[in-house]
Amino acid sequence: MWVTQTVLKNQNKGTLMSVDQDTVRRIARLARIAVRDDELPALAGELNSILHFVEQLNEVDTKGVEPMTSAVDVTMKMRDDVVTSGNLQKEVTANAPKSEDGFYVVPRVVE
Amino acid sequence: MSVVYSMQHRDPRDEDLIKGATGDWEIILGLEVHAQITSQAKLFSGSSTAFGAEPNTQVSLVDAALPGMLPVINRYCVEQAVKTGLGLRAQINLKSTFDRKNYFYPDLPQGYQISQFKHPIVGEGTVIIDLAGGRSVAVGIERLHMEQDAGKSVHDLSPGYSHVDLNRSGVALMEIVSKPDMRSSDEARAYVTKLRTILRYLGTCDGNMEEGSLRADVNVSVRRPGEPLGTRCEIKNVNSIRFIGQAIEYEARRQIEILEEGGSIRQETRLFDPKAGETRSMRSKEEAHDYRYFPDPDLLPLVLQQADVDRIAANLPELPDDKKARLMSDYGLSAYDATVLVGEAATADYYEAVMKSGSKKRDGKIAVNWVTGDLFGALNREGHTIEASPVTPKQLGELVDLITDGTISGRIAKDIFDSMYKTGRDPLEIVEKDGLRQVTDTGAIEAAVDAIMAANPDKVAQAKEKPALAGWFVGQVMKSTSGKANPQVVNEILARKLGISSDN
Amino acid sequence: MMSDLTKLTLAGARDALKAKEITSNELTGAYVKAMEGARGLNAYITETGDKAMEMAKASDAKLAKGEGGALEGLPLGIKDLFATKGTLTTAGSHILDGFVPPYESTVTANLWRDGAVMLGKLNNDEFAMGSSNETSYYGPVINPWRRKDSDAKLVPGGSSGGSSAAVAARLCLAATATDTGGSIRQPAAYTGTVGIKPTYGRCSRWGIIAYASSLDQAGPITRDVRDAAIMLGSMAGYDEKDSTSVDRPVPNYEAALGQSIKGLRVGIPKEYRVDGMPAEIDALWTRGIEWLKAAGAEIVDVSLPNTKYALPTYYIVAPAECSSNLARYDGVRYGLRVEGKDITDLYEKTRAAGFGPEVRRRIMIGTYVLSAGYYDAYYLKAQQVRTLIARDFANAYAKCDVLLTPTAPSAAFGIGEKTSDPLAMYLNDVFTVTVNLAGLPGISVPAGLSSDGLPLGLQLIGKTFDEETLLRAAYALEQAAEFKAEPKTWWTA
Repeated sequence: MWVTQTVLKNQNKGTLMSVDQDTVRRIARLARIAVRDDELPALAGELNSILHFVEQLNEVDTKGVEPMTSAVDVTMKMRDDVVTSGNLQKEVTANAPKSEDGFYVVPRVVE
Repeated sequence: MSVVYSMQHRDPRDEDLIKGATGDWEIILGLEVHAQITSQAKLFSGSSTAFGAEPNTQVSLVDAALPGMLPVINRYCVEQAVKTGLGLRAQINLKSTFDRKNYFYPDLPQGYQISQFKHPIVGEGTVIIDLAGGRSVAVGIERLHMEQDAGKSVHDLSPGYSHVDLNRSGVALMEIVSKPDMRSSDEARAYVTKLRTILRYLGTCDGNMEEGSLRADVNVSVRRPGEPLGTRCEIKNVNSIRFIGQAIEYEARRQIEILEEGGSIRQETRLFDPKAGETRSMRSKEEAHDYRYFPDPDLLPLVLQQADVDRIAANLPELPDDKKARLMSDYGLSAYDATVLVGEAATADYYEAVMKSGSKKRDGKIAVNWVTGDLFGALNREGHTIEASPVTPKQLGELVDLITDGTISGRIAKDIFDSMYKTGRDPLEIVEKDGLRQVTDTGAIEAAVDAIMAANPDKVAQAKEKPALAGWFVGQVMKSTSGKANPQVVNEILARKLGISSDN
Repeated sequence: MMSDLTKLTLAGARDALKAKEITSNELTGAYVKAMEGARGLNAYITETGDKAMEMAKASDAKLAKGEGGALEGLPLGIKDLFATKGTLTTAGSHILDGFVPPYESTVTANLWRDGAVMLGKLNNDEFAMGSSNETSYYGPVINPWRRKDSDAKLVPGGSSGGSSAAVAARLCLAATATDTGGSIRQPAAYTGTVGIKPTYGRCSRWGIIAYASSLDQAGPITRDVRDAAIMLGSMAGYDEKDSTSVDRPVPNYEAALGQSIKGLRVGIPKEYRVDGMPAEIDALWTRGIEWLKAAGAEIVDVSLPNTKYALPTYYIVAPAECSSNLARYDGVRYGLRVEGKDITDLYEKTRAAGFGPEVRRRIMIGTYVLSAGYYDAYYLKAQQVRTLIARDFANAYAKCDVLLTPTAPSAAFGIGEKTSDPLAMYLNDVFTVTVNLAGLPGISVPAGLSSDGLPLGLQLIGKTFDEETLLRAAYALEQAAEFKAEPKTWWTA
């Protein structure tokens, strides 16, 4: 079917933007996901095949087309300036892996 | 923020230039001021914004970024931003959008800050800053946008750990970005001072820098006059007007030193250390930032009706610049005096109350001297705010009247004022009870003069030779009348009796 | 008392309860038993049988007095993407280990308001990312359906695989589900059940664990179209806590059923008739067209020219949003934490250990397409194409009232069959994903069996907020299809 064919076509073609292992490392760092060096080649391959797939969009002429900003065509409602929530210290810290005296606790963050 | 600035052209003033070892340097300054919007609840949640609560007690499920929680915008915060935009004489954008600024930090629970990157609610505007010698400079506003504040981390509760408190997380901020239109630390301080005054007039931010309601990121670069802009460094989170001045002075000199030694400036984020009085590179934040801004899909575009903007505009209070112009024209004040009065709305209000109380028309200049002189002095000394002044505007007006109509002398007035401040009594009551009326009866004064002249024939002879010595007699007469004698009448009589001109 | 209470539909059980022919205690008891006996299917992550029996008791008290809401005493399964107060909520992810929400999602709160009973939390693809329910940290769900003469374990579709399997295997009367690219409709098609994704903004997203905010929408998976109408009526509604929820009244959806579709214009988008589509899917679609025509509908050929770009668009937009939505899972405030030498190390280890491969992959893709220098080429472009896709539908709806398409390009496939090739997996959503991109309502109705004896579904797509017409057409399709097949109950212990 057309989808499959396009995928195959793109996979064989090689496109402008190709993700190398350094890029995968940088992206993983940005996303705060630890990646071992031995995982990099496979990840780069997967990301490339997905990126090549989505790069089909390059053939669409979108000149002058507004990007969609929301799936519903309504005006955003606003709330009144009223305090409706408070004293949930216990609730918001109950699930915390580490908390103390109402604080969340993390390894020291140096500035 | 990194935005492309347009900059007004200004010829450098010699006194603003920094003299380096190899020639003159010009400082170019742009400020990004973060102002906490005055509101009851947070920008996207119903938690309180009150300062100083127990940790994580003003944190809703939304603020803690629990799974599935969604933001809903606070209408009042939007109105406050619009109001501020109008106060900055800026363009209000009827359609604006919210973007996510993505980065990881323990005080940023969602992993992104909701901000307005692409389409801010307020566009270009202007702030007129007031400088020494009555000089004014227009500083361009690039934009104003709304965003969420982050929480805070405490680093000294136990070794090796930071403790995270999200009470501030989600509080509404306005980021007000200036154009790089300032050329000296004086101008930068005047800008923040003026901006704070405007925000306080509008009631959109309390301007409290100690509590962090107002803080500034200062962009500093230097260049040779007439040359293109140099590389800038951003000094983050400076939280007092004095520190802003110090940070700029230090940073400009640092950059000049590097450049004069043939080095180049690295664009970076720096931190001002008030104890050391220096700026330092924030190397920990130097890791390449890539905020991956994109429109927040949990929110729709923020659409305002022109009628709403017009309604806010119609209810805008008188702004400092307008008030200053009006005070100058209504009361004949100098630009300097008017600037001092409008620095705080309460001061200007007090002054106007002085001028308007009672039925008599008062001299604006005498009144302003009393307000900015004796009253300010007493308030400062006693640590009172003007709202809590023991001397009411009506009482101060009456005091001015007593001076103007000659009932009391200016010297006696100071004593009366002190008594008013201490006791809260009306000035006339003090004058009557303490018998402080000025003596203008020429007979009584003449008698006093005669008595002193008779007792001091040698001084009389000297004064006739050297008229300048007549001042001694004035002092004696005032002393013998407990300061109540009208000094002008004393002068006239003395001059006549000593046979000298009364002009000296 | 009836012999097997789990044979009743939601509507049937409702009527029997109101008529006091059965009690919720009996009905719920039967479901708790069925649920406990079907653990081999792995449909539930968390069973809340005791809670269910308590809720049933409260419902019976109300029913006895002739009171009670629209769903009083009816036991439901809840996809584990909905936060349930006091009950473990995992999103099928290791990273939410032990997370017990102190709040209830709006949609489930609506169900409890109407008297429904909670049986437990249903398995799903991790953070709803998947089309086969194989990405769940809690293991794959097994489809109660098997191929003719085969014991091979099949997927129930995804991401709402626990919901579709549980409804098909009669482990709950109906289930909540969510649909970001087809996650209600495709699993419904794979299990012979009905699944409706309403218009974006119809159901509140508050308290539903987000995958891709601009696409996510809740809906039910049920035995039949009437049950779907009843469930949707309770789930839907404006919620001031969700800025994207739409403030308009919820119609009586059930009342729309059975009304004639004479003159209804049914659009057939030619781009969905693609080369290489299995002949039996094509034949099913043709049969669907004939059924609707026979019921009085007018068949109209329409064109949705940008259909082929829907899947690539989806695989930019959804990962981009998910990369940001899932940033909050950082080991600080809830869920899994893997300690590290500093905060960054903690983040990286926690997220590497807590997210499965598919979630990690999508976060990485999303991070990449939003990163400096690539935003315009990927994300902005995709949102522009999305506008074109929505415009295609608007043009088509100038000529028709609903669209008819297949739901999925195949029947259920075997567990492990497509896990090695992410793209092959993504293709499952090719017919459903357009609907999410345009924010439209869509429903899958079982319409026949494959040559292997597996259920196949047809999809109807409606106009924005016109779920009534959609349900009316779906009911007519259901009547014509007369799909009565059931899976053999091979799984009972």
